[in-house]
Amino acid sequence: MLAGGQSLIPILHYRLARPRVVIDINALPLGDIALDDGRVGIGALVRYHQLEESAELARRCPVLAEAARLIGNVRVRTLGTVGGSLVHADPAAELPAVVTALGARLAIASASGRRTVAAREFFTGPLTTVLAPDEIVTGVDVPAMSAHGWAVEELSRRAGDFAIVAVVALVSLDRRGHVDDARVAFGGVGDRPVHAPAAEEALRGREPTAETLARAAQAAREALDPPSDAFVSGAYRRHVAGVLCRRALARALERARPR
Amino acid sequence: MIARLVLNGRPRDVDVRPNQTLLELLRDTLGIFDVKEGCDEGVCGVCTVLLDGRPVSACLVLAAGLRGRAVLTLRGLERNGGLHPLQEAFIRHGAVQCGFCTPGMLLTTLAFLAREPRPDREAIRAALEGNLCRCTGYTKIVDAVEAYVRGHA
Repeated sequence: MLAGGQSLIPILHYRLARPRVVIDINALPLGDIALDDGRVGIGALVRYHQLEESAELARRCPVLAEAARLIGNVRVRTLGTVGGSLVHADPAAELPAVVTALGARLAIASASGRRTVAAREFFTGPLTTVLAPDEIVTGVDVPAMSAHGWAVEELSRRAGDFAIVAVVALVSLDRRGHVDDARVAFGGVGDRPVHAPAAEEALRGREPTAETLARAAQAAREALDPPSDAFVSGAYRRHVAGVLCRRALARALERARPR
Repeated sequence: MIARLVLNGRPRDVDVRPNQTLLELLRDTLGIFDVKEGCDEGVCGVCTVLLDGRPVSACLVLAAGLRGRAVLTLRGLERNGGLHPLQEAFIRHGAVQCGFCTPGMLLTTLAFLAREPRPDREAIRAALEGNLCRCTGYTKIVDAVEAYVRGHA
């Protein structure tokens, strides 16, 4: 299935896949960003540069633009699609971590019908999802989060590389300035994006002091068991995840608008 | 199958294989050698062309899917038989060593400046971070772009 082709065509060049047929879906009408009360519908063929440049998204769900800027290089962002990133399901990619943090829902279609799946249930392993062979993702529904502060922190070896660790954090405050809602997810630390409910729980209802943030980051880190690879050890990944989580929470907090 | 594109301002219909990339079409079929072949995986930036004004890696685009879109390569920058002022700036500032990355650097820069005409040095460096120069001539490349932005020189 060819959308932006920024993962598929390298896979073909490497001969990792030798499909007899490639279906180009670029003519399908899935390239729009639709705004309703409280939600944002992003078509599967929306390109990363649209996430970066959309003024409406910057207001409603700015974490998407911040994450999109970290994806690949500018040429990848011209063509690469939201749907493509999600179905490719690279465990270190940015958008799977973002939709996991947001608690988004994916819209799925096949010749026999339609269904939706929660982002947190969509990814099942490296490059693997719940999609059946005859299904495609048509879009993703994200909750509008204009009152939430946001941050995406990432460590990679070179600009544009996949993340060694990426963390997405969203925080909103109540009238007293305590944490109302918090959402945290990681990329690069497992076989799929990892939601961090322990960190969220450590924040919710609390006064967001430096100590609270540090405790939340520690709770997130302790729940992780990241793999080692040729570049870094699992222990290093785990350490970095805690550091980046604390930084992301601090930056998200600065951007959270008090109600 | 037929690939339809507008190449450097001229509409073209070209017979292509279904698995042929835009890079192979430009170099092997059409002899447009100002587009270079590097890593073939979209990382190095030497095969950068502009697709409807935005940079893409020609090695990661299938030619058959172009559907009449506009492709600009380096030679499309020529003005009245002369060099583009950004090319002049690259020459003046010694921003060309082996020259292999230069077409991609120039096209990426122009696409960037079309959206952000007055960038500072940091923004220029960020805009070019996806284009690799293995002569490590980045300083002079950024100098050239900065000079072009300041005075079109």
